[in-house]
Amino acid sequence: MKKMNRRTKTVMLVIIIAGILLIISAAGLLMNPALYEPNYAAKKLPPCAAHWFGTDYLGRDMFCRTIKGLSNSIMLGTMAAVFSAFMALFLGIVSASVGGRADKIISYFVDLVMGVPHMVLLMLISFSLGKGLKGVVIGVALTHWPNLTRVIRGEVLQVKNMQYVKASKKFGKSNFQIACHHIIPHVMPQFLVGLLLLFPHAILHEAGVTFLGFGLSVDTPAIGIILSESLKHISTGMWWLVFFPGIMLVAVVMLFDKLGDNVKLLIDPSSAQE
Amino acid sequence: MLLEAKNITFSYTKKKTILDNVSLGIEKGERVALVGPSGCGKSTLSQILAGYMKPDKGEVYFDGKLLPEKGYCPVQLIYQHPEKAINPRWKLGRTLTEAWEPDQELLDDMGIEKEWLTRYPIELSGGEMQRFCIARAMGPDTKFVIADEMTTMLDVITQAQIWELLLHIVDKRNLGMLVVTHNPLLAERICTRVIEFDKM
Repeated sequence: MKKMNRRTKTVMLVIIIAGILLIISAAGLLMNPALYEPNYAAKKLPPCAAHWFGTDYLGRDMFCRTIKGLSNSIMLGTMAAVFSAFMALFLGIVSASVGGRADKIISYFVDLVMGVPHMVLLMLISFSLGKGLKGVVIGVALTHWPNLTRVIRGEVLQVKNMQYVKASKKFGKSNFQIACHHIIPHVMPQFLVGLLLLFPHAILHEAGVTFLGFGLSVDTPAIGIILSESLKHISTGMWWLVFFPGIMLVAVVMLFDKLGDNVKLLIDPSSAQE
Repeated sequence: MLLEAKNITFSYTKKKTILDNVSLGIEKGERVALVGPSGCGKSTLSQILAGYMKPDKGEVYFDGKLLPEKGYCPVQLIYQHPEKAINPRWKLGRTLTEAWEPDQELLDDMGIEKEWLTRYPIELSGGEMQRFCIARAMGPDTKFVIADEMTTMLDVITQAQIWELLLHIVDKRNLGMLVVTHNPLLAERICTRVIEFDKM
């Protein structure tokens, strides 16, 4: 059998990671709510065969609750990250190609949002929008675009002045053709990787703001809620309530991070044919 | 006159004028060398002649008319650094056909091998990339070629090969050519007329 080369391996890894994340989100979406409902007959059970992650003080199965929570977080992260990334793509390209006053205004807002700590801004936005799902999604989306905007603006500025773009113009290509064939493909890798790497941020911030009580409501199964509830019970020795959901959150975040890194390897031309 | 520059003045900063009232005319079929020390403005002038930059004062005429700003430019510039003149994200086949569809004869003339077409620029050497830049610029509407230090970064054998290839095509099509160089020997060997930058 032919040995797999690095590219094939990377593709496999990307597919596997994307598969795991998809399965988690689908499982959470399609899950029967009865699975994580309170069951007073099975309160405070440590991890066992019937309840892999144990049960909490209301007898809710922690495994199902964690999966449901992760799925919620992934959905929410998707919405926020996609919104943020497209905002960054648009603002970055406008800023670099229009220049002048538009560039100044956009750069000012980038500095403004970056100058305020994420968490504080996120809490303010979420709180003023009445918390809940809407508050968190809009809050996360509105706080995560500046970094990527700066990256994309820089990339466009750089490629715009490359000799091959100028030469393309002298071959009679229009600005639109140049944008489609040279500029957008040039920023695409940055955009895609930026989008993927926004996920872990969005998920962690969602969990964080929810943990602090400015996010989703207490009855939603979300990782942030689970963790903040569990902390009250950790002193009574119910370690599994905080341990498993915490580990799962870290795992999902790391999976997204790995996914971003591997996609970057795949679309970077200096490593494309390795 | 095929290509004519009239009273070109250009400066990057207010303090120093790099091109001061420069005029230059080149006939069809003529091969002119522009010789001068580094940093004297040769590259700037060639960028202006090819329409990449606008002079502060003065005009560039091609065939009696102002050099067109839009559409295919009849004056094509071959740049000093081929790796900067080729999109690193495109396979070379795409780069080659960006401006026009070169026929097999030209590819043979230029010594471009078929297997290079499916590679990325990073996988070729400077000399190989420069062949693509030349072939790409040799479209049917190209009437004049400016070679701006085209072979300076290549070794002598590759330099000789590339010049031979380019001269062969320029002769065959009776194109005008401006060679920018700081090597007076190369200028004498290749060109029909040598202009020293300082004496312009």
